[in-house]
Amino acid sequence: MSGTALDPKTAPTFPMAAKTAMGDTQLRKNVRHATDVIQAKRARVVGEMPDWQELREAGKQVRQHTMENLDFYLEEFEANCTRAGGVVHWARDAEEARRIIVELVKASGSEEVIKIKSMTTEEIQLNSALEAAGIHPFETDLAELIIQLGQDRPSHIVVPALHKNRHEIRAIFQREMNLPELGDQPHDLADAARMFLREKFLRVKTGVSGANFLIAETGGVCIVESEGNGRMCLTLPETLIMVAGIDKVIPRYQDLEVLLQLLPRSATGERMNPYTSIWTGVDAADGPRVFHVVLMDNARTEILADEEARQTLNCIRCAACQNACPVYRQTGGHAYGSVYAGPIGAILTPQLQEMHYAQSLPYASSLCGACYEVCPVKINIPEVLIHLRNKVVKQNTAGVAGFFDVEAGAMKAMAMIFRSERRFRAAQRMGRVAESPLVGKDGWIGWLPGLLGGWTQVRDLQEMPKETFRDWWERRGKNGN
Amino acid sequence: MATELVTDSARAEVLRRIRAAKGGTANAEAARAGWGAVERRYRRESTRSRDVILELLVDRLQDYDARVVRALHIDVRAVAARMLEERKAKRMVVPRGLASEWLPDGVEFVVDEEIPAAELDRVDGVMTGATLAIAETGTVVLQNVAGQGRRAATLVPDYHLCVVRVEDVVETVPEAMGRLQATAELATTFVSGPSATADIEMTRIKGVHGPRFLDIILVG
Ligand code: SF4
Repeated sequence: MSGTALDPKTAPTFPMAAKTAMGDTQLRKNVRHATDVIQAKRARVVGEMPDWQELREAGKQVRQHTMENLDFYLEEFEANCTRAGGVVHWARDAEEARRIIVELVKASGSEEVIKIKSMTTEEIQLNSALEAAGIHPFETDLAELIIQLGQDRPSHIVVPALHKNRHEIRAIFQREMNLPELGDQPHDLADAARMFLREKFLRVKTGVSGANFLIAETGGVCIVESEGNGRMCLTLPETLIMVAGIDKVIPRYQDLEVLLQLLPRSATGERMNPYTSIWTGVDAADGPRVFHVVLMDNARTEILADEEARQTLNCIRCAACQNACPVYRQTGGHAYGSVYAGPIGAILTPQLQEMHYAQSLPYASSLCGACYEVCPVKINIPEVLIHLRNKVVKQNTAGVAGFFDVEAGAMKAMAMIFRSERRFRAAQRMGRVAESPLVGKDGWIGWLPGLLGGWTQVRDLQEMPKETFRDWWERRGKNGN
Repeated sequence: MATELVTDSARAEVLRRIRAAKGGTANAEAARAGWGAVERRYRRESTRSRDVILELLVDRLQDYDARVVRALHIDVRAVAARMLEERKAKRMVVPRGLASEWLPDGVEFVVDEEIPAAELDRVDGVMTGATLAIAETGTVVLQNVAGQGRRAATLVPDYHLCVVRVEDVVETVPEAMGRLQATAELATTFVSGPSATADIEMTRIKGVHGPRFLDIILVG
């Protein structure tokens, strides 16, 4: 399946893709290992913070407030960024964003660009658009480089190559960098990437990036990273072209005091990531001389219009929900058919498709609530999942028979549970209790479905799921669904 | 020009969609008031004693693979001499305005007058001061000011020796952002340990593109 972009429009439904992924034991082992490590690290550094819950609450309120005043803050950002020498562009959708970026790269006079890891550029499949225009993009983040050289696809929003282990990475580097002697220690691989990319950093004149936060108050931008490739792309090229969803704006500089505490601890389990860059506009001696920002909608306003799902936009892309998700941990990211995988992908992807595609994703969850618990900005993902399931059902009751119909009634019950805090907690506790025996027996397989197993779990609070996913799947298969 | 026309109407359309989605145009007053109403019950001031804060900083920096030495003002030059010797650094870049009394003899210091990146790639390291340090996260904050200089100069060389004054050490991130607010528009870099990646099996390994070696002298 490698080589093709993750496109929700053409991806198989989640249960289909999940079944394939479940057959890849190496992938499952890699994903399990990586998410175990990252979760343990996160738990440790979150445990150090006596005010974690207060930070989460502030993070939630800041994001919520931003969305309620989104037009104001975007205009403020635009004015301040422009004043500092940046050029702000607006794009209604992915197509328009791609076109603007390709034109800007051409205008910069470069046929190559160096890129900082950006899920937004993955979302709009920018690389293939650049290539089609004769522009060669070099991914500079280690994980993205692994993906690019291996003609693979990202499976995680923070660590896109998390599904690959060091032996697999070595094989890719040996082949693509022509280094037959390369060792398989992580530092050997990091050194190889350093050598491979240094020359590109020093040579290529145009950089392309995403953004973590756009600061309305100052017109500045904040980028959070680990390796220094981000700093290279921000400071060395003459032209920097940035694409950011309109949801990336924050009101004030001071808001970073909340977000820069929440994000690194949640994302990589570090107290602070190695490098965070904050800068404003252009600077001939210290940064880009030419700086473009493309503010992209691409269905984000559709999400904003849906009051119950609006909180999806509060996401700061830390991936903690992916790491904590029992479904993601079984299937890995590719099964979601989108660059946004895991619980956030399950709610974001179908909405970015305006609910026309990826309709099975809201079902890719057991509704255990682990995602909500770890989310640094307290997005109630289970609540949004149920809301979206309802939407899917409504859309499909017009005749398309499928598993959606079966669930219409169950859906309402679930929605009730998640609206009542007490009942939700009880359900969650059950989830936790049920965890241990399942892990021992079949390593969560009983949890994978979210289709039926998930209900049973929560509706019959005293009972374990009666059917494992495998049994259920086989039976379903025979029925010809 | 064509692009500008297109994005002009795109701009109007995106803003229109946003306003339709939330049922109205946001106004400045309401936005300011709403922002002010955000509950900030997290820690915003230090709670530990100065000594404990400094110890915490040293501990957290070391935890992320930086080497830290504490020194009195009069000893900075000698300590720097020793550290540079250990790193076998003979040719170092320094930003304009770095305190000359910190610079030991026997090492060539090249002042960064917009040195091209390819040349920065050939020096042994860079020596700078810092705007502040955050104990709780083991972070050093650099800004484009005298004594700290351009971002490229602390990025391209493989070794960074950074001098931090104890009076510039704060305990928490909110205290740091408070101090930085007045210079919010300056190019600012938070450095927490040497360049590292966790992209291979989630193990934090030192050294990808930024300096692979970070030494800190904590003065005072
Ligand atoms: S939904 Fe929450 S936990 Fe998941 S990526 Fe977004 S911010 Fe992180």
